[in-house]
Amino acid sequence: MSTSGTGRRGTRVALNAAGILVFLFAVFPVFWMVSSAFKTDEDINSETPLPVPVHWTLKHFKAVIDGQGLDYGLFHFFLNSAIVALATVAVSCVISVLAAYAVARTRFRGRVAFLLMLLIVQMVPLEALMLPLMLNAQRMHLLNSLSGVIVVYVGSMLAFSTLMLRGFVAAVPKDLEEAASIDGASRFTTFWRITFPLVAPGLVATSIFSFVNAWNEFVIAFAFLKDQDKYMLPLTLSYSFGRTQVEWGSIMASSTLFTIPVMVFFLIVQRRMVSGLVAGAVKG
Amino acid sequence: MANTASTANTAAPRAPGRAAPPGARGDREGAPRPQRRRPVRFRPGPYLLIAPTVAIIAALILYPMGQLVWMSFHKIGTREVRGLDPAQNVGFKNFSTVLEDDFFWKVFLNTVLSAAAMVVLTLIIGTLVGLLLNRLGKKMSLLVSSGALLAWATPAISSAIVYKWLFTPGGGLVPWFLDLLPNWLVGGGWEDYNWFSEPLSTYVVLVLCVVWQSFPFIAVSVLAGLKSVPSELYEAARVDGASAWTTFWQITFPLLKPVFMVLTVLSIIWDFKVFTQLWFLAGGTANRDSFNLAMYAYSEAVAFPAKYGLGGAIALVLTAILLVFTGFYVRVLVRQGEVA
Repeated sequence: MSTSGTGRRGTRVALNAAGILVFLFAVFPVFWMVSSAFKTDEDINSETPLPVPVHWTLKHFKAVIDGQGLDYGLFHFFLNSAIVALATVAVSCVISVLAAYAVARTRFRGRVAFLLMLLIVQMVPLEALMLPLMLNAQRMHLLNSLSGVIVVYVGSMLAFSTLMLRGFVAAVPKDLEEAASIDGASRFTTFWRITFPLVAPGLVATSIFSFVNAWNEFVIAFAFLKDQDKYMLPLTLSYSFGRTQVEWGSIMASSTLFTIPVMVFFLIVQRRMVSGLVAGAVKG
Repeated sequence: MANTASTANTAAPRAPGRAAPPGARGDREGAPRPQRRRPVRFRPGPYLLIAPTVAIIAALILYPMGQLVWMSFHKIGTREVRGLDPAQNVGFKNFSTVLEDDFFWKVFLNTVLSAAAMVVLTLIIGTLVGLLLNRLGKKMSLLVSSGALLAWATPAISSAIVYKWLFTPGGGLVPWFLDLLPNWLVGGGWEDYNWFSEPLSTYVVLVLCVVWQSFPFIAVSVLAGLKSVPSELYEAARVDGASAWTTFWQITFPLLKPVFMVLTVLSIIWDFKVFTQLWFLAGGTANRDSFNLAMYAYSEAVAFPAKYGLGGAIALVLTAILLVFTGFYVRVLVRQGEVA
């Protein structure tokens, strides 16, 4: 039996080694981004890269927050990004929770067709729709405005959030609602007092996903917003990235600052991730 | 979600035909059950609830899609867009121009090959990591999945920027590392090699970047599937002396086939329309040789003056390819009872 014992221990060691390799592969680029952000320019451009900052500096973060090379400080762009993402979430969640409730709790003619439409619509690439979207936005004077971006985001995220919320509504036991309606509660009261509180965690998860998607989105913002005072964070990144002399320290600092909120939100919803993703099918 | 069918309100009356919203072509899946077809009062409730969603999607996705189709069959210049001249219907001319263009096929090849590499690598690595997570101890598994979560949560822009930095000559880590390795192994001259001047090397970095971000989702989904496989099956396989390879193909894969189907189709759809990462790695639309279809469609759309007819045709080709895969995806979901 001793051979099988050492064999098993050998397997365990091999598995753990593989686990550490996967961990390093997954974490390294993020580590490198953060560590480069704290390095001095000399260390960044040195012949031999250093794994950790030897001469720690906050210079790059300061430069980014002051809005180096841009007309405004980081806070201005942060605010634009936050406004767009929050408005998108608010509008799309209110609208999609209604549709999700209808789809999960009632049967009506066209219900399946509606679901199929949502599944198909969420796969259409925005890059392909760019031509008509920009044309229409121009006609409606929504080009180069945050509201134009919000409108397009709501349209592109509604299908996904409806599908995801539908799963959460369907997961609420129906007996509770039936009990309430037997007690004489109206359909609205039942929804508001029984279903809604139980769906709330799912609503939070869906909101966070929509928020992250709006926060990360690039192509619509890039095509729609031309003036610097309208820029959102992804545009400041592409702006500093597009200059001939790329300052890697500042770029790493700003992408670190850009990434932090997303990471925090991801940690909050991670437990609901798999079920929600399989239901709504989105990629972080 | 699989439990939707059982929890849906079966007692709710079915609305009569005239209530169906335009475009609803009956429910093939929610097959009409004759015994419940009693004449009932039309209930507007559900339709009022879905109306805002339908209206917004119609205005922002379906209508632009119709415009795209219309554009791609017409010859449209600046005057026609302003409505000063009526647009001339040119039939399939825009499509034949696009499809006869060698550049289109180059772009098409870039897209297909890179998507194939991404899908295959993501699925293999993701599945292996999922299997690994299932066998690791509690602490180790938590460590690995937290790391994977980090990669997953990284915005596409940030990851593209970091990968560009890792591969940038003069300070980047990868050129430095390749230069350290002996020349007989990797060849020389890596220190100054610009990875982003050639499509092939650009796509190598792009594939790595996308796979890095996408494997955690596959791993976590596979792990969730693995947890549902009864452990007796694996014990039986072990007693029979089956190798890990045999066990995977004889037990795990057949049981998780539905999961793999969904993951494969989703990966194809996502990897076919990669845009942001390519944009940042290749440096915008400057290097046309590195285009994929999404990038091509975008660059024609924002060109000045915009090429409405041709751009529309390219965008429509991309959409059509994605819709074919989406059709597969929807079919898989319908078969698994996710839609009913």
